[in-house]
Amino acid sequence: MYKPTKIIIALVIFLAIVTFPIWSSIGSDSVSPDVEISLDTPAINALGDDASCIYDTDYMRANHMKVLSEWKVEVVRNGNRMIVTEDGREYLASLENTCFECHSNYEDFCLKCHEYSNVDPSCWECHLEPVTDSNVSEEV
Amino acid sequence: MSILVGLLLVVAIIAITYIGVEVLGLSALFGIVLPYVAVACFIIGFIYRIVKWAKSPVPFRIPTTCGQQKSLDFIKQNKIENPSSKGWVVVRMILEVLTFRSLFRNTKAELTEDGNLAYQWEKWLWLFALMFHWGFFFVLVRHLRFITDPVPGFVQLWEKIDGVFWVNLQALYLTGFIMVAGLGLLLCRRLFLDKVRYISLLNDYFPLFLLLGIGCSGILMRYLTHVDVTRIKELAMGWVTFNPTVPGDISIMFYIHLALVCVLLIYFPLSKLMHAGGIFFSPTRNMANNNRMVRHENPWNPVVKVHTYEEYEDEFRDKMRAVGLPLDKDE
Repeated sequence: MYKPTKIIIALVIFLAIVTFPIWSSIGSDSVSPDVEISLDTPAINALGDDASCIYDTDYMRANHMKVLSEWKVEVVRNGNRMIVTEDGREYLASLENTCFECHSNYEDFCLKCHEYSNVDPSCWECHLEPVTDSNVSEEV
Repeated sequence: MSILVGLLLVVAIIAITYIGVEVLGLSALFGIVLPYVAVACFIIGFIYRIVKWAKSPVPFRIPTTCGQQKSLDFIKQNKIENPSSKGWVVVRMILEVLTFRSLFRNTKAELTEDGNLAYQWEKWLWLFALMFHWGFFFVLVRHLRFITDPVPGFVQLWEKIDGVFWVNLQALYLTGFIMVAGLGLLLCRRLFLDKVRYISLLNDYFPLFLLLGIGCSGILMRYLTHVDVTRIKELAMGWVTFNPTVPGDISIMFYIHLALVCVLLIYFPLSKLMHAGGIFFSPTRNMANNNRMVRHENPWNPVVKVHTYEEYEDEFRDKMRAVGLPLDKDE
């Protein structure tokens, strides 16, 4: 091999870049391959075994932002606050009055995944963000 | 023909993934085994190719130059186009890797109606290549959010810049679209320019279709058929912590995206995509033009047994003196 030192240094740099996700996670406490979102709120507990969201869980996990976006268009552009699902249930299209009524645990519900996946949703551009430990000082 | 084969190969990968995950339920194979195999192939293959190149001798010093070489003091040297020191070679190499200067020099040769050869302005290849490569780079940076925990600050900063345009309260990441547009235009170049199509082979079309498949499936997932990002990150964090599990149902779109990426990683070291590492081994780019200052010895020159005049004289001194021939050393 010609110029072995240069080649080895270059290959070490290559390996360091390629394995960045592996070594950057070593030693950090927050590494969690499992995210538990809590459904333990008074409103959901009161519903008992019949508790169901607007759509089924798998759909909501992947598409809740799409649902919220469709609601926003219905309310803001079409002035229609009542949403009827395909199976005939009626909901008031409102993040704060409908979603948060059941999911009142912002920190143990929304933030769990959003912080884990580094998502910064645009909800709080218009809505008032629920008070949490981390943003309470900013509110004052 | 090779266009069709390239396209069919990508369609076959998508079909196999669909059947494997949706029909046969092999989500562990496609979600855990395949990514590990692909990354291992990529790293080992990449290092193998680099070491193989590093073992190849460079018989001649052959930098390509297109500027004034180092000459008399009052003649100004073009240090970037015609570097005579290592430092300027590094500068030229950095500019080549980051801005593709040699593609910028691309021209179109055409015979005019009266039979003269004319070279014309042609920067499209350079522009499309730049769009694709930089788009791809920033898309990769953004993907770090799925595979690092905590997510590094530069990824978050880049998401803010990249997603500066919002459509319907959702950030529209420009680099993803720039990457796919670049790929599409590079493909159009091969499809619609007769001379380029004539020299295009399967190994030109296949990576283009593969990368287009990756880009389009990614864009579909982000903007249209949404996927469960948390479960995907759980899967990805399982890989990097070597504790892999398949965390529940993930949309088939994700598995297709992942399978295409894995095929890309496996294919990378086997193909022309290795220009990513190979550019640093181009003798026309990585050598200083100092032919007149430094002797370049061909490393594969065999050791030649020579018989110098000195040794010849030592051997035949007595005989030479006897017939009166002049001698260098006469004692």
